[in-house]
Amino acid sequence: MKRQKRFEKLEKRPVHLDGFVKEWDDEGLVAMHSKNDPDPSLKVENGVITELDGKKREDFDLIDQYIAEYGINIANAEKANAMSSQSIAKMLIDPNVSRSEVAKVTTALTPAKASDVINQLNFAEMIMAVQKMRPRRTPFTQAHITNTLDNPAEIAADGAEAALRGFPELETTTAVARYAPLNAISLMVGAQAGRPGVITQCSVEEAVELGLGMRGFTAYAETISVYGTDKVFTDGDDTPWSKGFLASCYASRGLKMRFSSGSGSEVLMGYTEGKSMLYLESRCIYITKASGVQGLQNGSVSCIGVPSAVPSGLREVLGENLMCMMMDLECASSNDQTFSHSDIRRTERMLGQFIAGTDYISSGYAGEENSDNTFAGSNMDVLDYDDYESMERDLAVDGGILPITEDQAIKIRQKAAKAVQAVFDGLGLPEITDEEVEAATYGSTSDDMPKRDMTQDIKAAQDLMDRGVTVSDIIKALDDHGIDDTAQAVFKLAQQKICGDYLQTSAIFDKDWNCVSAINDNNDYMGPGTGYRVWENKDQWQKIKDIPWALDPQKVDF
Amino acid sequence: MSQEIDETLLKSIVRDVLGEMKSADTPISFKGEEVATDGPSQESSVDWFKPMGVAKPGRSKNEVVIAVGPAFATVMTQTIIKQSHKDVLRQLIAGIEEEGLKARVMKVYRTSDVSFISAEADKLSGSGIAIAVQSKGTTIIHQKDQDPLNNLELFPQAPVLTLDTFRAIGKNAAQYAKGMSPSPVPTVNDQMARPRYQALAALMHIKETKQVVVGKPAEEIDVNFN
Repeated sequence: MKRQKRFEKLEKRPVHLDGFVKEWDDEGLVAMHSKNDPDPSLKVENGVITELDGKKREDFDLIDQYIAEYGINIANAEKANAMSSQSIAKMLIDPNVSRSEVAKVTTALTPAKASDVINQLNFAEMIMAVQKMRPRRTPFTQAHITNTLDNPAEIAADGAEAALRGFPELETTTAVARYAPLNAISLMVGAQAGRPGVITQCSVEEAVELGLGMRGFTAYAETISVYGTDKVFTDGDDTPWSKGFLASCYASRGLKMRFSSGSGSEVLMGYTEGKSMLYLESRCIYITKASGVQGLQNGSVSCIGVPSAVPSGLREVLGENLMCMMMDLECASSNDQTFSHSDIRRTERMLGQFIAGTDYISSGYAGEENSDNTFAGSNMDVLDYDDYESMERDLAVDGGILPITEDQAIKIRQKAAKAVQAVFDGLGLPEITDEEVEAATYGSTSDDMPKRDMTQDIKAAQDLMDRGVTVSDIIKALDDHGIDDTAQAVFKLAQQKICGDYLQTSAIFDKDWNCVSAINDNNDYMGPGTGYRVWENKDQWQKIKDIPWALDPQKVDF
Repeated sequence: MSQEIDETLLKSIVRDVLGEMKSADTPISFKGEEVATDGPSQESSVDWFKPMGVAKPGRSKNEVVIAVGPAFATVMTQTIIKQSHKDVLRQLIAGIEEEGLKARVMKVYRTSDVSFISAEADKLSGSGIAIAVQSKGTTIIHQKDQDPLNNLELFPQAPVLTLDTFRAIGKNAAQYAKGMSPSPVPTVNDQMARPRYQALAALMHIKETKQVVVGKPAEEIDVNFN
């Protein structure tokens, strides 16, 4: 065929490198509604759910049983499920109906009914609903802090810079699994050096991750994954009950935690039972509620390439965030992993959560260049900071990231790298050299870092675990090296686990260790003039307005 | 000394008995719970990749087990970036042999999850070290006392794994088997692999998962590259 020149040009656009597939109901490659999804139904007899979404109690699978037992507010269930899905959807966007009134209804729905409610909404209505339904009034966001060499000085420096930019939560993982304790420690120390009160996690194998928390190397966890079909659970040697048990382990040690789920995971694991991504995700959200966990990271997360490949996929993703909030759960709304080569689609991806505001707009904005992001890349990275901050300023939206100056960045990066250098020395770990501190201060990627002896680091990581090192040893190391403010911040963080206030829904700490959660910062949005408006948060708005690259019109030399 | 020998002997007898018991068990099917879609494909017979019966626990400390997913070589023939399964195995084995150790290949049927494939295989490995490879190419090095979802090294991004990487993975696995502490194989990170390949990865994994046979023990495989 003779090629048409415009089509040839179009094919070269970045969007053509993305994966797109047509719907396939029987393998669950369908976003919002599959022909195999059950119709909503509910029967309650003597306070017990005897029928759920077309299934009788004796036919319940593990997930149905768990949800019927613990996940639905039975007292309101018959009344709420008798309402039309359309009328519930209208309540969601009606500014005259408060969040708590809506939640009374939505926490009593069945998973299929909640999916049906979401199906009533278009994208703009979902944004309206999210603005009202997110539990915490003030929106924030979260960053990933990683590098492909697991370099501790760079983790600390990137963590400190992100902390200064306003992220209240930071998440690391490893390139090499056995580095876990070193990465957890480096991030915690870097974050406290950057801004006291920032909480950190290290996403690794579940038992290891819990162990790190119990030693005080982390303050929260979010990668406790739940799934929408029994088969995916049991394939991973798990059940809803085992996840519930794990959740209680965290709570017992005063560690904040949330579950993690997202559309597309069941497709990627090959067991969808032919159901839509939204319906399967609704089951995950109900499992979370049933477990008594305060929140959930959802919105497809690392599986984003699957819903984004099918029609209405990104609408589904915002829909599942909204459903999480409808269950009165903290929502860390994804926008983390890469899904598109197209800058236009990357912006589209975060638009809903960004404009509406969520508890954490991103559950992993790359706090390093994407080439160093060992979660396999995020939708936005450090090189997008100035674009993101311009968008906040343009739209007067608080996206949770603040501009800082180059000078501030250099100072805070150096402070953090020196702090972790001291901790490595105090704990008897392989030396962090002055050359590394310098490189971490002025560098941008792990290519800028001197190479470490990874074999020695891995051995030292194991040895540190065997020696029973805990957060007390870290505080002592900082104190012995005269780094008093960071020692004090790490000590405060350890104290917070004893008081446990930050286990409340949507909790973070401000710089003075005040716990800000859905309890004392409850979302009171009820239309214009209410709820969070960034310009009413004067200090924050001033920082957003004052991007360092804006001209001062009164001081321009011509 | 003699006590030690007795213990080893005893353990190997117990292992053999258990191994035979496993093969005598009738596979249980839970298929009834699932929505019927098109079922598993017939495995083709491949001249270089021959099933040799139920895989037995190895007794040689000098072996590293390579366990492949249920669709490997017989239902699918190449990874997500179209590297032939034959070349992948050839490189893994070459890496192990470079270290003077022996490779033993088996196919796992119980699961298509790369971690659980490796967790089944390392228990059959004389050295306790196993490499697991899915048909799409995702690879892991696992040691038998680790939790299933932990690892010595994990290579989660199949699209960035070259044949050189597979050789290096084989070499590192052999070094772990010798009790050494090799530097991990450098992790290549391609943040654009997901947008490009995730939907395809889902389709390949769906196909591999259809080949799962609940309860079926791992099969010993004779590989012949000549």
